[in-house]
Amino acid sequence: MTNKIDGDAIIRRVAEVMINELKLEDVTPETFDADVDLIDEIGIDSMDLATVALVLQDEYAIHIDEDDYPKLTTIRLIADYVGQRIK
Amino acid sequence: MKTISSLLNEDWYNRYKRISKLNIRSSIYDVNNRCNLRCKGCFFFSSDEDKVADEERDLTRWEAFIDKEKARGVNLAILIGGEPSLSLDRVDAFYQRIPTFCATNGLIKVPRDRFPDLMVGISLWGTEEDEIQLRGRDTFAISSKNYAGDAYTYYLYTITPRQIGKTEGIVRKIRDIGVKVHMQLLSNDEDVDGFSWQPEELIDIRAEMDDMLDRYPDTVISSKYYHKIITTGKMLGRPFGWNECPSVTESFDNRDPQPKRLIHFVRWASDLTTTHRCCTSETRDCRTCKDGAAHMSWVMVNKRAHMRSAEDFQNWIEVYEMFAKLYRFIPW
Repeated sequence: MTNKIDGDAIIRRVAEVMINELKLEDVTPETFDADVDLIDEIGIDSMDLATVALVLQDEYAIHIDEDDYPKLTTIRLIADYVGQRIK
Repeated sequence: MKTISSLLNEDWYNRYKRISKLNIRSSIYDVNNRCNLRCKGCFFFSSDEDKVADEERDLTRWEAFIDKEKARGVNLAILIGGEPSLSLDRVDAFYQRIPTFCATNGLIKVPRDRFPDLMVGISLWGTEEDEIQLRGRDTFAISSKNYAGDAYTYYLYTITPRQIGKTEGIVRKIRDIGVKVHMQLLSNDEDVDGFSWQPEELIDIRAEMDDMLDRYPDTVISSKYYHKIITTGKMLGRPFGWNECPSVTESFDNRDPQPKRLIHFVRWASDLTTTHRCCTSETRDCRTCKDGAAHMSWVMVNKRAHMRSAEDFQNWIEVYEMFAKLYRFIPW
């Protein structure tokens, strides 16, 4: 688990990337529920996740394995995943 | 923010959750370059796809190739041809490794002692008369004997313009042998006279397909939204074509902007090296392509676009369920 400050910053940035890349409407990084199920509630699919992952990989200089996509079902889980891989 | 649970009632939401995480990743494989029929309008032979690559004949190379396909995430192998049933060892290599669907003309029975739950789709092009004209023989007379009552088989009924008014007879005879049927439209790649769709015919056949689904819901695996998409060539006001097709082989896909597509989709030739442009004929005009799988995949990959209303999203769910049933990710 990342520390609280880093974790919150990453959560906010993941939400921002998701909103911008997927053109999500009626939501801001501040109002995006970090625990909402992205697949069951927002309708995110694996191509959406790949789009977001590409940006996060570049930005944080990490690798997000496609095999891990099924585990990345909330913004918080994605942020944790990213946080654990930042050097 | 619009959520799916706020869009749907409990029943529809439960249906959605049954399919939401299936994460189907398909690719298509030419198992061989041979067939025991030569059908007019078969895209494989009409566009010389049988000549682009020499068949790999070493089974160990097939096995190693399929292992690599599995490793890159393919969880649905769709076997086409030529005619896969002429190369059952290769079919078996897939079947032992990945959920596999085998398209066939049904003239050779896939032995159920060897392949107990292999999904089989039998091609059928209409009435006895049309079958003889387009395929040289009445294949149903044979395939119906081979597959009567088979729980893992459905007929892929390719409807031609001459079938208008006759589809019920076909659906009933399939029902009567205890098999399911899915419908798609002929693309007439070889311009056989009288087999190209006219706009008014597409309106008529859509109504007929809807009627078949209403009247034979236990036999017909389909959805009215799919009928609409495949007969109008439009989804949410967008026309089907190269810029929208989801079933383009990844290495051919230089489209910009990139449309929603099947992740890592590839259609492999039988040398296990050559790839084809897309799931169907490379020479086909994408604007008039009526490929059923491409159209249903087009809907499936555009999930969030269908979140604009409950009705749109229910349509999306029905098409996804149809696909999942046809490839047995969920029961009929």
